[in-house]
Amino acid sequence: MAASSAVISMSKIIQPIWGGRLATTAKVFGATVSSRREKSTVPPPAKYGGRHTVTLIPGDGIGPELLNHVKELFRFSCVPVDFEVVNVSSATEDDINNAITAIRRNGVALKGRRNSLSAYTVSPICVSLSHSTSLDLYANVMHCKSLPGVQTRHNNIDIMIIRENTEGEYSSLEHESVSGVVECLKIITRTNSLRIAEYAFKLAREKGRKRVTAVHKANIMKLGDGLFLQCCREVAAGYPDIAFDAMIVDNTTMQLVSKPQQFDVMVMPNLYGNVVSNVCAGLVGGPGLVPGANYGRDYAVFETATRNTGKSIADRNIANPTAMLLASCMMLDHLKLHDYATMIRNAVLTTMNETQLHTADIGGQGTTSEVVQAIMRNIQSKGPLTSEL
Amino acid sequence: MYWNLKMPSPPPARYGGRHTVTLIPGDGIGPELLSHVRELFRFCCVPVDFEVVNVDSTMTSEDDINDAITAIRRNGVALKGNIETNHNLPPSFISRNNLLRTSLDLYANVMHCQSLPGVRTRHRNIDIIIIRENTEGEYSSLEHESVSGVVECLKIITRTNSLRIADYAFRLARERGRRRVTAVHKANIMSLGDGLFLQCCKEVAAGYQDIAFDAMIVDNTTMQLVSKPQQFDVMVMPNLYGNVVSNVCAGLVGGPGLVPGANYGTDYAVFECGTRNTGKSIADGNIANPTAMLLASCLLLDHLRLHAYATMIRRAVIATVTETRLHTADLGGQGSTSDVVQSIMKEIQSTGPLTQNI
Repeated sequence: MAASSAVISMSKIIQPIWGGRLATTAKVFGATVSSRREKSTVPPPAKYGGRHTVTLIPGDGIGPELLNHVKELFRFSCVPVDFEVVNVSSATEDDINNAITAIRRNGVALKGRRNSLSAYTVSPICVSLSHSTSLDLYANVMHCKSLPGVQTRHNNIDIMIIRENTEGEYSSLEHESVSGVVECLKIITRTNSLRIAEYAFKLAREKGRKRVTAVHKANIMKLGDGLFLQCCREVAAGYPDIAFDAMIVDNTTMQLVSKPQQFDVMVMPNLYGNVVSNVCAGLVGGPGLVPGANYGRDYAVFETATRNTGKSIADRNIANPTAMLLASCMMLDHLKLHDYATMIRNAVLTTMNETQLHTADIGGQGTTSEVVQAIMRNIQSKGPLTSEL
Repeated sequence: MYWNLKMPSPPPARYGGRHTVTLIPGDGIGPELLSHVRELFRFCCVPVDFEVVNVDSTMTSEDDINDAITAIRRNGVALKGNIETNHNLPPSFISRNNLLRTSLDLYANVMHCQSLPGVRTRHRNIDIIIIRENTEGEYSSLEHESVSGVVECLKIITRTNSLRIADYAFRLARERGRRRVTAVHKANIMSLGDGLFLQCCKEVAAGYQDIAFDAMIVDNTTMQLVSKPQQFDVMVMPNLYGNVVSNVCAGLVGGPGLVPGANYGTDYAVFECGTRNTGKSIADGNIANPTAMLLASCLLLDHLRLHAYATMIRRAVIATVTETRLHTADLGGQGSTSDVVQSIMKEIQSTGPLTQNI
């Protein structure tokens, strides 16, 4: 452990001078250093004939409907992205492996949510997890921002939530050694905690944020969350321009429902991330408005932040497409197609200001297709060449 | 192991017509608030004597907490402030509050979150009872580091405890005339653990046909709580989700200063502030909100079957909280703790039976 950290610190020193050439020397030193490669050595997204290919996983519920709208909008705006659709409708391993291979091939994916297997049966594999863990999408980033046109009880919320996506309570390691007694393991490791903390601080610096708050329950889970907290503190020491503090999860949730404006960037393990991100999504207006992104070192998968299937509103043209459309904008940013991303995002946000177009989840009576049409009209009026409406 | 579902508990012991209750001041605002409780009880001539047991949170030996536990075993009832858990002590040091709950097997934590008329909040008409499993789950304090840098924390769910808490929840719902019990879980991810919990709840629900039962995943629950909390009636859940959900609900009805909490076991009961805060930063500043602790003492009086006193004090506390000018800092006002307590005493004196002089 000490030797590898010495190598890592050495690589940090010679990195600025040697730049990209370190990549080859990194391979000599072994796998540990390669896991800390700087962003400059990641190859740019592949473009074949000037067009990107993105894996599309429709999922269940409202996923297929919303992703169709995304495709429609992209075609309308002449975005140079082609979608490779992979259906994961049955629970077999083959389907899942196909999806993962497709994502590996393309590097980027946009997905809807699969229905998890019945909550009351024991599932040998948890399908939604295997995406995150085999692709090592270790950071789930959710940006909750109050939208001007949406009336909520709280205003001026602007919180970025960075959640560890691969370990913690979601390790799926459970066993029943004695009948009637179940043990679930929650795993916290030093490497992953350091990694996610590093990601959080780097992101905070890039976006010009002032404060990072770690959310934990170290008074009860001293070893586990204690380790997480310690890793955050270590990383914080390397970023003196960003303030760092820690808050226990119960106090955090209470503060979130009374004074959410105090939070800036939050980093936390998997389960608390789930709860806190859902609370924040509820505060800014519901699951239909917030996009989410899962980043790994090599891959990125975009989806709606709160990961709902929306079974009850599927195929009724009442789902809110905002979250999925904003997720596709994040994807475009990731592919470095910033112009298209800004254009679509502005159109979506402008449309959100129109109260008459609000869908049922934010208290209006608009339909999904109306919203998408309005967005397309907005783009057409603003901009560059588009297809016919 | 056969355990009697409707075990008739013996009436609380009364010596010379007076009850003895263990008092654990704790840290932070605990001592201050509990002395107000004692002052109020003396003023109202409540037949309760307090046996004070101090637990020093800085000491690593377990003698203090063992004394407290013995005192509670002796008296059967306790009122406590929160005992601080120092993060810097080694992991073998178990949280004192946790140790108390597990040794006395206080398996049910009940928190009743109700919108109070005088307190302005973003949501109205909230009336939720949260029943949280108090002894196992993520709070088992079982952690180990087999490989350096890899920590495993165990979350334990057992069939007996899940059946027990589910039964408690349904019985309480029936006693209070409630219509619906919602189980909160994450069984799509933790299919064995929370799956077992959910299964036990369903089994118990089958025996209570008059009460509706449904289940909701914890992330959806928290999102619904911040948008439409009025839809919830009674909620039952394992330990960690209970912690989060109860804090969200406390925040929705006005903050940690307003909600009392109760921990019940088969033989013992311990009452405290619902959100278990030490309030270190506002200790001894005469600005803490005494409402939560006073309402907790009313729950204590109800448990001791001194209903008349309980109702009298509760009514006075609610009447005082309705007065906006007496609101303490956490509710956005500028009142001090002693002002609030004085006002409560005046209220009791004007409405009631014989009291001492203020």
